[in-house]
Amino acid sequence: MIPGEFTYHRPSSVAEAVAILVSHGDEARPLSGGHSLIPMMKLRMAAPEHLVDLAGIADLKGISDGGATISIGAMTTQNELIGSDLLTQKLPIIRETSLLIADPQIRYMGTLGGNVANGDPGNDMPGLMQCLNASYVLAGPDGEREVAAREFYEAAYFTALAPEELLTAVKIPVPAAGHGYAYEKLKRKVGDYATAAAAVILTMDGGTVSSCSIALTNVADTPLFASDASDIITGSTLDSATVDRAVAAAEAITEPASDGRGPAEYRTKMAGIMVRRALARAAERANG
Amino acid sequence: MNDMTPTREQREANLEGMGCKRKRVEDVRFTQGKGQYVDDIKLPGMVYGDFVRSPYAHAKVTKIDATEALKLPGVIAVLTAEDLKGVNLAWMPTLAGDVQMVLADGKVLYQNQEVAFVVAEDRYIADDAIQLVEVEYEELPVLVDPFQSMAPDAPVLRPDLEGKTEGAHGPRKHHNHIFNWAVGDKDETAKAFSDADVTIKEMISYHRTHPSPLETCQCVASMDKVKGELTVYGTFQAPHVIRTVASLLSTIPEHKIHVIAPDIGGGFGNKVGAYPGYICAIVASIVTGVPVKWVEDRMENLSTTSFARDYHMTTEIAAKNDGTVTGLKVHVLADHGGFDACADPSKWPAGFFNIVTGSYDFPAAHLEVDGVYTNKAPGGVAYRCSFRVTEAAYCIERAMDILAQKLEMDPADLRMKNFVKPEQFPYQSALGWEYDSGDYHTAMQKAMDTIGYRELRAEQKAKQEAFKRGETREIMGIGVSFFTEIVGAGPSKNCDILGVAMFDSAEIRVHPTGSVISRMGTKSQGQGHETTWAQIIATEIGIPAADIMVEEGNTDTAPYGLGTYGSRSTPVAGAAIALAARKIRNKAQMIAAHMLEVSEYDLEWDVDGFQVKGNPEARKSMKEIAWAAYHAPPPNMEPGLEAVSYYDPPNMTYPFGAYFCVMDIDVDTGVANTRRFYALDDCGTRINPMIIEGQVHGGLTEAFAIAMGQEIAYDEMGNVMGASFMDFFIPTAVETPHWETDYTVTPSPHHPIGAKGVGESPNVGGVPAFSNAVNDAFQFLGNTHIQMPHDAWRIWKAAKDLGAHG
Ligand SMILES: Cc1cc2nc3c(=O)[nH]c(=O)nc-3n(C[C@H](O)[C@H](O)[C@H](O)COP(=O)(O)OP(=O)(O)OC[C@H]3O[C@@H](n4cnc5c(N)ncnc54)[C@H](O)[C@@H]3O)c2cc1C
Repeated sequence: MIPGEFTYHRPSSVAEAVAILVSHGDEARPLSGGHSLIPMMKLRMAAPEHLVDLAGIADLKGISDGGATISIGAMTTQNELIGSDLLTQKLPIIRETSLLIADPQIRYMGTLGGNVANGDPGNDMPGLMQCLNASYVLAGPDGEREVAAREFYEAAYFTALAPEELLTAVKIPVPAAGHGYAYEKLKRKVGDYATAAAAVILTMDGGTVSSCSIALTNVADTPLFASDASDIITGSTLDSATVDRAVAAAEAITEPASDGRGPAEYRTKMAGIMVRRALARAAERANG
Repeated sequence: MNDMTPTREQREANLEGMGCKRKRVEDVRFTQGKGQYVDDIKLPGMVYGDFVRSPYAHAKVTKIDATEALKLPGVIAVLTAEDLKGVNLAWMPTLAGDVQMVLADGKVLYQNQEVAFVVAEDRYIADDAIQLVEVEYEELPVLVDPFQSMAPDAPVLRPDLEGKTEGAHGPRKHHNHIFNWAVGDKDETAKAFSDADVTIKEMISYHRTHPSPLETCQCVASMDKVKGELTVYGTFQAPHVIRTVASLLSTIPEHKIHVIAPDIGGGFGNKVGAYPGYICAIVASIVTGVPVKWVEDRMENLSTTSFARDYHMTTEIAAKNDGTVTGLKVHVLADHGGFDACADPSKWPAGFFNIVTGSYDFPAAHLEVDGVYTNKAPGGVAYRCSFRVTEAAYCIERAMDILAQKLEMDPADLRMKNFVKPEQFPYQSALGWEYDSGDYHTAMQKAMDTIGYRELRAEQKAKQEAFKRGETREIMGIGVSFFTEIVGAGPSKNCDILGVAMFDSAEIRVHPTGSVISRMGTKSQGQGHETTWAQIIATEIGIPAADIMVEEGNTDTAPYGLGTYGSRSTPVAGAAIALAARKIRNKAQMIAAHMLEVSEYDLEWDVDGFQVKGNPEARKSMKEIAWAAYHAPPPNMEPGLEAVSYYDPPNMTYPFGAYFCVMDIDVDTGVANTRRFYALDDCGTRINPMIIEGQVHGGLTEAFAIAMGQEIAYDEMGNVMGASFMDFFIPTAVETPHWETDYTVTPSPHHPIGAKGVGESPNVGGVPAFSNAVNDAFQFLGNTHIQMPHDAWRIWKAAKDLGAHG
């Protein structure tokens, strides 16, 4: 439980950080809240020779209201997400999800950028960002690019992020006013990653679902956008036969690991239960 | 008397003696971060030791090459078994009569076994060096299932025992067999079964778990080569025994070894045994001549130093149609891992598991235990219970529920029917114990009335009907548990550790000004001895607890004792304290008589001093007497006021209790919510009700953890799964149920103050209450027995197998 030796860097701008990453390539790792990276270093599952602490870069902080899009700086902590009035009003599912991450101590340190860049299928924000159809702003030696959350994750700890790139912000399209939302997470205890979790955003028109987006957490080696399930629900009245079909479609795309949270079979079924419960709660909350 | 003279009540309250909810004095330093734990100890020139551990569960070690590690600046030494052989310490004796490798001697028997000990200037360098030690392994077939241990073709785990057909506890019948232990009357029991109206049989497993104290095992060893003296600071629940063992192993005379247990951050049995880390730190300090610190990390603690339980108990009960039990038959397959390092009194290879008849009047019983080796870590400690008592309580409490189900009787009524009756005490059990005192019926009735037992059963019935009609996906379970513990090891006639009788001791010194220092052979790890021991003394000699300092853990100053585990401190040391105090009071009486110029027989004790019978104005307080003891003792009397007592208990004590758990279970997720948990404990005389309540809360929380998910599991390759707090279930305040506590008081007739010990009761009684609640919930769907642990996925699986998912 003791990390290996490393050199500590504390740049004050994105350009400076990128320059350090470029000069050390694979040997360097950005450090945000440290609450995923440092445990891995203590277990020596990660042994970066250069740590690039992003805490000194003011540009990476803050939440900005762009009307149709809200942009959240990578270094915004999970606790700040919970405390944001703007998010509570426009994107309440972010607050709901953040409150289910770890515990208060970890949320004071852990950042949105670190959570989505990490690539751990256990993280809750990646699935949520897929549900919200967010995109990530990546800064590298050749400037900036944007990658959709739904395209970003390749395998556990493998993402579209290049070693010399930084994730600087997350851009989220604001869902329609009156939308229904729910993040359902089954976990063994406070501070645990999900056995299975589901994020749902939907809008209702009369008794009919006019749009629906469903994503799943920790039931494959990446977060999963459940596009078939989302399509099945869209246009329906959430009658039980349709919900059953959507749940089955969501379960079908899971490929969970068997671990202390339970065997794969259980976690697949729990993904289905989480989808079912999230749909019911989201529908209850939706106006229109 | 003038108005300023305190009343009798005021003088009594001023003592803060027995029965007072005195605040824990040790918490002043603990809550301010001022405790002094082993890792706080920093000695000049101190270096650090850390282990190279085996990634394999079973392998030959063909080569250890430390060349690269030794080249790393700051690395001082790398010890292997070959080095330890030079000082005859490559192997060490275990408390259970087996031997255990200190460092891998040619092979490893479990994952994370200690292979080499790296000594370096700091922890970082030590950890870097570990990665540089090259070890070559040749993998061997792995044995993880204890039911396969004695298969004819099972791999030989212990070539060192080759040809040994006699073990420490009798004949061995297979190369992986450790012992067979049989108690009770086999023929009588067989007859009870052939005559029975009803019998039940179930294989009840109590899975492997771990005590997991917050502070891991650690030590600092410091050899002074000039004086030839060894000082060891360590996380020791039994420091005096550790000193004796260290002396026997190292051949350093016992008076030149100073073992000091400073503040300890929880033990729960984990810190009873001797571990390779202690031995290696001592040897490294002898070799290097500087102090060596060894501190386990969490994974090392969970995966190597002392698991608990792992008992597989095939249980049969014979009964009459009216529910009267007539016979009990239990066979236990005990998984001991690679070495038998169980921490039991030496003559008891399965501890006091023969308390398995529980609170019931079984006329006949027979028990057999077979211990076997597997490729798992050694241990088998009493995790917050007296030796194997929690396994026994779980076994009988689960089995009584199964019998009730078969008889279609209410499980609480079945227990009531079979309880040992108050007039039967002292009660001789079929498996050899003499229960000291008990009033089970009263306790059970009080518990049932308080919780509203019959109403809960009616509610459960209604919920089951609603479930069957498809109106709810939630079911309800009511867990009943009535346990009898056996604690206070123990009488020298049947209890010793490596030959040392299991007495305990207290020394009390009253200073001239009437304040007190007292020392005991026990060692608190959080139990609050500094508070409660002072309360016993306060009541016995009338000096306020606030003026009494209690000190434990330093073998140079404290009298010899066997330490703290198995709820033995109050039954054994608590008695020694009372008796030492009474010696002081007796002497004080003679001094008071001299001062008052009366015969000592004319005096009577009154709260905090002696008064002349019939003339309470003529009195001497203990404070005055203490001064006189040093200033003007009676002629021909030795000055001073101090006493020592070594107490060899005449019997064990038998605390008991009635626990009820009400649980709601979501059958679709397997999530169980404990709605209510009621615990009635009878621990005899209650010294500090607040500390008792704290002990019960803590023990119940551990019981909840164990029953509902806490587990040390292995995969088929012998990889230990989830040895970190991510997976190993330690409940937080959020998961922990609300505890309702209650009590009755049935004093122990043979204990000087009637106290029985309470720290472990809640773990012993709690586990069956939780497990019975889960099992009870599913009974109406046809369930008889679901194995622990009851984490969500396993409950879900049980629901699925019973057809609850449609
Ligand atoms: C006990 C515990 C329980 C937890 N439970 C949960 C949970 O239930 N749900 C959950 O979602 N998370 C959980 N976490 C993880 C926590 O939320 C982390 O804080 C989060 O995953 C990572 O954020 P961080 O800021 O700490 O990132 P860090 O640990 O600093 O970094 C994580 C990874 O991302 C990289 N990185 C960080 N920032 C950037 C960036 N701007 N650009 C490029 N790469 C970057 C790092 O190099 C590293 O590889 C838990 C953590 C702990 C210790």
